Amino acid sequence: MQDLADHIEAGLPDAVIRTEIVRGELTVWVKRDSVVEAATYLRDDPGCDFKMLIDLCGVDYPEREERFEVVYHFLSHRQNQRVRMKLVTDEDMPVASVAGVFSAAGWFEREAYDLYGVLFSDHSDLRRILTDYGFEGHPLRKDFPLTGHVEVRYDDEEKRVVYEPVKLTQDFRSFDFESPWEGPERMLPGDEKAEAQAEEAKG
Amino acid sequence: MAEQYIQNYTLNFGPQHPAAHGVLRMVMELDGEIVERIDSHIGLLHRGTEKLIEYKTYTQAIPYFDRLDYVSPMNQEHAYALAVERLMGIEVPERGQYIRVLFSEISRILNHLLNLTAFALDVGAMTPLLWGFEEREKLMEFYEGASGARLHAAYFRPGGVHQDIPAGMAEEIRDWATNFPNFIRDMEALLNENRIFKQRTVDIGTASREEAMDWGFSGPMLRASGVAWDLRKSQPYDVYDRMDFDIPIGKNGDCYDRYLVRVEEMRQSLRIIHQCLDQMKPGPVMTTDGKIAPPKRGEMKKSMEALIHHFKLYTEGYHVPAGEIYAAVEAPKGEFGVYLVSDGTNKPYRCKIRAPGFPHLQAMDYLCKGHMLADSVCVLGAMDIVFGEIDR
Repeated sequence: MQDLADHIEAGLPDAVIRTEIVRGELTVWVKRDSVVEAATYLRDDPGCDFKMLIDLCGVDYPEREERFEVVYHFLSHRQNQRVRMKLVTDEDMPVASVAGVFSAAGWFEREAYDLYGVLFSDHSDLRRILTDYGFEGHPLRKDFPLTGHVEVRYDDEEKRVVYEPVKLTQDFRSFDFESPWEGPERMLPGDEKAEAQAEEAKG
Repeated sequence: MAEQYIQNYTLNFGPQHPAAHGVLRMVMELDGEIVERIDSHIGLLHRGTEKLIEYKTYTQAIPYFDRLDYVSPMNQEHAYALAVERLMGIEVPERGQYIRVLFSEISRILNHLLNLTAFALDVGAMTPLLWGFEEREKLMEFYEGASGARLHAAYFRPGGVHQDIPAGMAEEIRDWATNFPNFIRDMEALLNENRIFKQRTVDIGTASREEAMDWGFSGPMLRASGVAWDLRKSQPYDVYDRMDFDIPIGKNGDCYDRYLVRVEEMRQSLRIIHQCLDQMKPGPVMTTDGKIAPPKRGEMKKSMEALIHHFKLYTEGYHVPAGEIYAAVEAPKGEFGVYLVSDGTNKPYRCKIRAPGFPHLQAMDYLCKGHMLADSVCVLGAMDIVFGEIDR
């Protein structure tokens, strides 16, 4: 697998940022601009021969400067090998579509656009795919609430389905599972003095 | 006479249509009865499974996998269990692995029974469906005996399976597996050389090797196009490497080949079931690590430690080391994969579900182009579409 990583790095000197092998899985980080070049190389190079795009998805890290990771999984039947390709982007920077290289990418890219708002340039049909017609927002972003923003019901007077803002009978609760023994440093009420005394004794 | 411009006919198929196998809406552009373009609108069954999993502990995520492809629930739990096990480095006891393989194959037959017979119904044959459901009922009794539920089993857990199969069930499964070839023979007698069935399926919706790979096909769809690829053989998980079975492949990649491949896969699954039953030895079915596997009810009555473990496991759950993993299994419909990103807490950071039906349905437009309207139903039936997994 290390040979394959070296081979990809040598074949794509400008595109690959770095490669890593963790838990027997090869991950190749590429630059956003050279995604099509990298995908074509992985497919056509006889030493790679990754003929199938298995999966394409986004991952959201809102605390990062470029918050989205776009993750591609490729499979080579001849080599019996998988590879993961990753790149980073944000809400505004489009990623070039690989639908021209792998036909399977079309819907996967639509899904990433729908759920995360990752933009793909040169995509022939970048519409929403999984969410409702006229849906607003990108539901798998970490800052999108689990309950969503609207709820639907059938209105008997208007004889149609109506959209209304979500009304929760019970507030959404997020439980803190951190064990007090292993979790973040926590101060029990009244303990401040003990700390201060310890400091004094030291100083 | 002046030349007239005739506009193509646009037809709305679904979302409620018996041949759509769920809620699929297709906007078809027809030239007479010839399909020019199909625009599939999916997502009518979207429940936000991936988002929900991000808010649940690792144990609570299991039942969501039953509800993806609800025709083969255990195979999907399998993929998730493998992903968590690989992240945590858990070793599954041998008997647990055998039970998983055994029930994966039972699920495969369960799935193919529904697909093949419903496919036959799509093209006009009613009897196979009626016969097939009787057999499915027997298989679901095994499900119920092992897990307590006929459909949504939540039986495969990270670390093994939830409980051992009841005494005597192995013999029942063996009896059933010995008689089941009679059903396959009867079904084949009805369909294989049936003139109507062949007219409807042969040379319909063909995909070559290259096309199948380009569109991301997997499972029987890929094998029907002549690619001998099966994750159970090429990247074996659990005890599949000890099983002796063949991979059936098709020649033409049409709907008829897809049917034949699935029928033969049922026979191969029976072989695996027999081998599992022969090789299985008594032993634990779940890892004995008390930090992952919940304690037995009896232990909890006596041991304080077991009680604490039970409380911690069912409230906080276990923490999975930070990292990412892609685990795939050969589900009946194709490669079912789980891409799991963990940030070291008790909940998955991201759980992407790779459903085999998603790329298959994507190729619908490509496969149906130039075919008759009635053939689109046949192509759809041979794809083995279940919307639970496509819409997620």
